[in-house]
Amino acid sequence: MRDFSYVRAATIDEALSAAAMPATMLLAGGTTLIDLAKCGVAEPERVVDISHLKGLDGVRIDGKAATIGALARMSRVAEDPAIKGEFPAISEALWQAASAQIRNMATIGGNLLQRTRCAYFRDPATFPNCNKRNPGSGCAALTGVNRSHAVLGGSSACIATYPGDLAVALTAFDALVHLGDRQVPVDDFFLLPGARPDKEHAMRPGEIITAISVPASPAARRSTFLKVRDRQSYEFAAASAAVGIELGGDGRTITDIRIALGGIATKPWRARAVEDALRGTAFEHDAIKEASRLAVEGAIDHGANHYKIELAPRVVERAILKIGAAA
Amino acid sequence: MFFGLLLVERPAALGTYCHQNGVKTPMTNQISLNLDINGKSRQVTVEARVTLLDALREHLELTGTKKGCDHGQCGACTVHVDGERVLSCLTLAAQVEGSTINTIEGLSAPGDALHPVQAAFLEHDAFQCGYCTPGQIMSAVACIREGHAGSDDEIREYMSGNLCRCGAYPHIVDAVREAAKELS
Ligand SMILES: Cc1cc2nc3c(=O)[nH]c(=O)nc-3n(C[C@H](O)[C@H](O)[C@H](O)COP(=O)(O)OP(=O)(O)OC[C@H]3O[C@@H](n4cnc5c(N)ncnc54)[C@H](O)[C@@H]3O)c2cc1C
Ligand code: SF4
Ligand code: FES
Ligand code: FES
Repeated sequence: MRDFSYVRAATIDEALSAAAMPATMLLAGGTTLIDLAKCGVAEPERVVDISHLKGLDGVRIDGKAATIGALARMSRVAEDPAIKGEFPAISEALWQAASAQIRNMATIGGNLLQRTRCAYFRDPATFPNCNKRNPGSGCAALTGVNRSHAVLGGSSACIATYPGDLAVALTAFDALVHLGDRQVPVDDFFLLPGARPDKEHAMRPGEIITAISVPASPAARRSTFLKVRDRQSYEFAAASAAVGIELGGDGRTITDIRIALGGIATKPWRARAVEDALRGTAFEHDAIKEASRLAVEGAIDHGANHYKIELAPRVVERAILKIGAAA
Repeated sequence: MFFGLLLVERPAALGTYCHQNGVKTPMTNQISLNLDINGKSRQVTVEARVTLLDALREHLELTGTKKGCDHGQCGACTVHVDGERVLSCLTLAAQVEGSTINTIEGLSAPGDALHPVQAAFLEHDAFQCGYCTPGQIMSAVACIREGHAGSDDEIREYMSGNLCRCGAYPHIVDAVREAAKELS
């Protein structure tokens, strides 16, 4: 690990000026940053600890939206009674992520900004070729071990999967990322890799995440997060789906449906084609199964990750059936 | 420690050098910390990049906390900060100045009765080599306190952050279930 200096930011203004400085990285829970510093991927000269800042860790819910401070811990948000009641998919995405210890440390802002688990990305000493770390150096995963890599949203430069769970639920329910006064829809916050996989999000130098907000809706209230993985717990998603549904007065007609997928794409993946196919139709198994296939429209596999193209529609289907049945 | 004066790095402690690859380079980033560990105030001077785990093991002679993966993937390094279980391998020592730190050494004093979770681990033979055990126990104490030991499934889910290479999992679940009963 490279040597660095450590200071605590005493005010948000100090955090903002730190975010604009070269070779400086903000430290929140540290569960991504310290890990990657040990891997030699993050090489800050200065670490500015924002985790002790006051006033950025609240969870507030009114009839219209939930607003979650960037420094709120994952465990706290997962257990918040109002989040559980109004946004069950968010609570479920959080408690199924990482481990109890990590969730006590990790913050909501840091969670959005976690980096890919691509093994080549994480090992610069052995694998110099990684366009995400070092633009123009190539991509070792394209012809390497890519079982966990993305089948959607990839480019010839990078196929790294976005690993987080929370952002998937946020994408389904049209959350906004608050960067001080500026607010960016979460779907625009995360960028596709294209030719520049090192550019992962729409944050500008000198900006920090201050909060996220999620509009309340009947679909968000009736929602779930289904995560399928290689082991039952403490593992990243092989494929996941955040699904919310609103049924009409007849208890059968799908009046609103929101679907986003994780573990299969280079960013949290909104499945609008599935939503469009099901909105306004009757809640019916065969139709749901058929529509769920649209979740992987345009998917491209690289051999070892082909299973994700089979798995993801089944995860979507199961999540819709589960949430539709649970009245 | 000196807070608030952002981005003004402290000058190198004069006369402090480190020898890396035979080259003498000034160590610019040493910091002196005052840590509250197991109810005692402990002073330590370390590089800013030193984790709480390394501070405990290498500088404070508290080797009960174990290093497994050093990357957040095994739970062997679990300690409590302000009463909550966290991973000391991904926590900088500097981050927890001003917080209350508890390690396995602080769970019961030598000669005193064992903590009910320690006793339950002995009773149920909840280990083989014992390397993961301090982390398991610190995690279990918190798991019970959080109210996440209500059923075997819940214990498995909320203890999943502690791996055991010896595969003592069934006995660990037994021990946590029993200790939770006793502590309720
Ligand atoms: C073993 C392991 C398993 C995991 N499993 C899962 C999982 O299953 N699902 C999942 O979703 N996640 C998982 N994670 C990832 C974990 O959730 C993230 O590491 C964590 O949420 C990051 O939050 P943090 O506060 O610790 O971030 P930090 O490490 O402190 O920060 C991460 C990055 O964000 C920047 N940053 C932090 N806060 C802000 C802010 N407010 N504004 C601007 N920049 C900021 C930092 O500078 C840094 O670059 C796992 C991690 C580990 C180590
Ligand atoms: S997939 Fe992306 S992160 Fe992984 S090696 Fe290729 S360029 Fe790097
Ligand atoms: S040593 Fe900290 S989690 Fe493995
Ligand atoms: S007892 Fe050996 S690793 Fe758990």
